[in-house]
Amino acid sequence: MLALAVDWFPLWLSLRVAAIATICVLTLGTALAYLLSHKSFRGKHLLDSLITLPLVLPPTVLGYYLLVIAGRASPFGHIYEGLFGRPLVFTWQAAVVAAMIHSAPIYIKAAAAVLETVDYRFEWAAQSLGASEWRTFWRVTLPLAWRGLSSLAALSFARSLGDFGVTIMIAGNIPGQTQTLSVAIYDAVESGDGSLARVLVVVVSALALALLWPAAYLSRKSRPAASA
Amino acid sequence: MSVDARLIKRLRAMGDSDPFELNVHLRAEAGITVLFGPSGAGKSLILNCLAGFARPDEGRILVNDRLFFDAATHVHLLPRDRCCGYIFQDHALFPHMTVRENLWFAAASRPALNGRLNRHRRINELLEAFELNELAGRKPIQLSGGQKQRAALARTLVNEPSLLLLDEPVRGLDARLREGFYEVLRRTCGQVRVPVILITHDLEECFQLADAVCLVENGRFTQSGSRDSVFKRPANTEIARSLGIYNILPAEIEALDPSRGTSRLRVFEFELEGPYFPGHLIGDRGFICVPSSEVTVKPPGGPLTANCLVLRLSGQTGSPRGVRLQFEHDVVATTTESDYKALKGNHELVVEIPPSLIYFVGK
Repeated sequence: MLALAVDWFPLWLSLRVAAIATICVLTLGTALAYLLSHKSFRGKHLLDSLITLPLVLPPTVLGYYLLVIAGRASPFGHIYEGLFGRPLVFTWQAAVVAAMIHSAPIYIKAAAAVLETVDYRFEWAAQSLGASEWRTFWRVTLPLAWRGLSSLAALSFARSLGDFGVTIMIAGNIPGQTQTLSVAIYDAVESGDGSLARVLVVVVSALALALLWPAAYLSRKSRPAASA
Repeated sequence: MSVDARLIKRLRAMGDSDPFELNVHLRAEAGITVLFGPSGAGKSLILNCLAGFARPDEGRILVNDRLFFDAATHVHLLPRDRCCGYIFQDHALFPHMTVRENLWFAAASRPALNGRLNRHRRINELLEAFELNELAGRKPIQLSGGQKQRAALARTLVNEPSLLLLDEPVRGLDARLREGFYEVLRRTCGQVRVPVILITHDLEECFQLADAVCLVENGRFTQSGSRDSVFKRPANTEIARSLGIYNILPAEIEALDPSRGTSRLRVFEFELEGPYFPGHLIGDRGFICVPSSEVTVKPPGGPLTANCLVLRLSGQTGSPRGVRLQFEHDVVATTTESDYKALKGNHELVVEIPPSLIYFVGK
């Protein structure tokens, strides 16, 4: 039997990238989702469209934008390099940014919908009892929405694992440094290493399924209404 | 303890709803003021303006000399700074907390109630007062409808609100639980002495609970005042009709006798005696309003006394309180099951109207 020597680095990198990206998306994304679902302000529809934009733009376009924004010549790239001592592009941190871009739009849109399903009367009751908006969010809105949000977190993690286009544009394909699972599969196919590609494909699929299964279970449980 | 709220709010037409304008002046003292009217009249909007969840376009809200809202000077207190106890339809107890945690949430949200010990004491007092001691560890889903209502009321009282707002609190409860909640609410009002504004479209509830009544229709108060002044002296026939407790009959004043305090009225071909109607003249045409519940029905053939109309029966329906008889000219009377047996089989019946209960409304 042929012993297959698989380099598992891409798997660990992908898991690490996805975990960090998911944490960032959860914090930033939930705040944005709250803004979209609970506030009315000028430019709300513009913000909504900007958040949706990454879903429709080709990854090459997104990658190009990011290269321009985070490149060494841009102010942002300059500041980043000043802070961390090296540029962002073509590092594994860039893969985190790519994964965030890949998963954030869906998370924010769906999380806004989940937060909207929390009966406003619970929030009103909390506020008229004297609770601040912050306290209302942490003690009432979030606990009532956690099933929906955690199912979305799982979905977000699964989606972060799978980015390819933007990752290869801004993080590149450096084995042992920025080569994530999806990029490694592309690489394996390109170089004719069919057995490696097969193993990695199975791993990615199994991982995604293992994440989506509990997510589906969580989201199926309906949320209570005010009368429950 | 009083509320003085002048509220004007315009809502633009949205989807299939017409534009709506709320324009009311609500004055309420300690005790229960009922906002009574059909759904869509703007009752909930009034509560939301008072609680701070809706911002009026114009007006001023003053609660116990504290300014909640003033359009002219752009004062608009946040809901959490208003200290209104708001009880929502379906009570809105937090489903993920126990009864005690619900009360604790309220206590911990107001820094005024400082000290854990004080908070615990207050919560324990309320749990005791509302017979919730044994249920304190339960989640709302494990409570009955009446228990949930009591818990919701207790939760709003934790912070000693300056105003209580109740939006159809007993909707969906059966008659027995309603009675129970009315009892609790009346007792509470006797103790806390704050203005209580309660919304209902249930006449029975309005009658049972109200100290004062505001009739709301299409964003306006059509009449407001003490319960008796509104129910016994509706300002016009439309209000009388909307209350749904009156027989309304066209009438003409034939004679007025201020010295004896009486009047004579012509209703169809009959002559009725009524009380003196100050401010009206002989020959005035209008309507008389007589509560359906005060009309007595007798079989025909007996001696015709004063204040009797002979009317044709057009139908009857049974109700838990007896038999409801429907006569020509939309006259309605209720009678007991046993009295109805004596009336059965007659097409025409004698309807007697007590003179003191006749109320005349001009055209």
